[in-house]
Amino acid sequence: MSILEYNGAAIIAMAGDGCVGIASDRRLGVQLHTVATDFTKVFRMSPKLYVGLGGLATDVQTLHQLLEFRMGLYKLKEEREMSPQVFSHLLSHLLYEKRFGPYFCEPVVAGLDEKGEPFLSGMDLIGAPVTTKDFVVTGTCTGNMYGMCETLYKPDMNPEELFETLAQALLSSVDRDAMSGWGGVVHIITADSVTTRELKGRMD
Amino acid sequence: MDTVIGVCYEGGVIIAADQSNGRSILTYQTNLDKIARLSSHSMMGVSGPNCDLVNFTEYISKNINLYELSNDGTKLSTKAQANFARGELAAALRKGPFQVNVLLGGYDEKTKGSLYHLDYMGTMHKVKHGAQGYAQHFVSSIFDKDCMPNMTEEDALNVVQKCIKEIHTRFLISQPNFIIKKVDKNGVEVISFGGDPADT
Repeated sequence: MSILEYNGAAIIAMAGDGCVGIASDRRLGVQLHTVATDFTKVFRMSPKLYVGLGGLATDVQTLHQLLEFRMGLYKLKEEREMSPQVFSHLLSHLLYEKRFGPYFCEPVVAGLDEKGEPFLSGMDLIGAPVTTKDFVVTGTCTGNMYGMCETLYKPDMNPEELFETLAQALLSSVDRDAMSGWGGVVHIITADSVTTRELKGRMD
Repeated sequence: MDTVIGVCYEGGVIIAADQSNGRSILTYQTNLDKIARLSSHSMMGVSGPNCDLVNFTEYISKNINLYELSNDGTKLSTKAQANFARGELAAALRKGPFQVNVLLGGYDEKTKGSLYHLDYMGTMHKVKHGAQGYAQHFVSSIFDKDCMPNMTEEDALNVVQKCIKEIHTRFLISQPNFIIKKVDKNGVEVISFGGDPADT
């Protein structure tokens, strides 16, 4: 079993009309054994910027702490919030720094930039980034998630439609993957607020 | 091969660990204490090779003690201690890993009992009940069935006894003795042991 599949994860980020959503499963496993069903893999970095970290859980936690630190430092020096593009670039840089001994983590970034436009990016464990307009996925069942997203996605969805799409895409994807699932959480980020909802799914 | 079981209840945490110490086909002793006292109100049940068990627990507990001495008696919360241990495990991972899987339990005034599940790579998660070692596969379903919210100390102890019975029945490796400790507002206390750790 690959080291990226040791703990298990499933994270999708998707864009709508002036909004973005990011959803993840809740499982923390040790190979085939489930340790907890309330593990957080999506982190709020700033009011309109969320990052989903999938992969080895210890590196998820280390990277989260590193990112909090760097964001805090940026905020103190620049006296402004870090934009999603800059954050994504920083994350890519942090990962490539460890090119020959990487963090086993493949993140997705979802946020709204200063103009309120959705921003999505994903990268591999050494920081190769991709910026898209529709959706990005990461985790142990990316095949499933790509299929579901491609089918269910349509451009310019409003926040309610986006939530429904994300929830269905995630739940259906993780139901066919042993390493992910055991609940889900969806964050919908709009210009005014962030709505967080827990998903009721198959607990197996 | 080690078994460590932890259950959080209303007012504290109970941790039980097997007392066997062995290598290959040989059992060296059956009265080893694998639950280390970290501070007045926290303890750590450790699973792994004896060298890392001793090294890691001494390193963490002495550093916690140093913090208290250097900071005018300020006590570190269980959460802080767990995060410190996690940081050390994660830092050591890519240098010279501590091959220890840990259940860290403690009592704080505000948060009462809390239990943290740490693995050797530095993955940390707060749990209501947990197990390390092969025991995970035997006792997880007992936790799921019998652990209720708002358990009393007696309920928690019953669950732990049930888990130990299950391991004695179904686990291939012989682990005749278990040491059970609890931590509550009065501090860390031994509930029972199979073999007296003081017997040298």
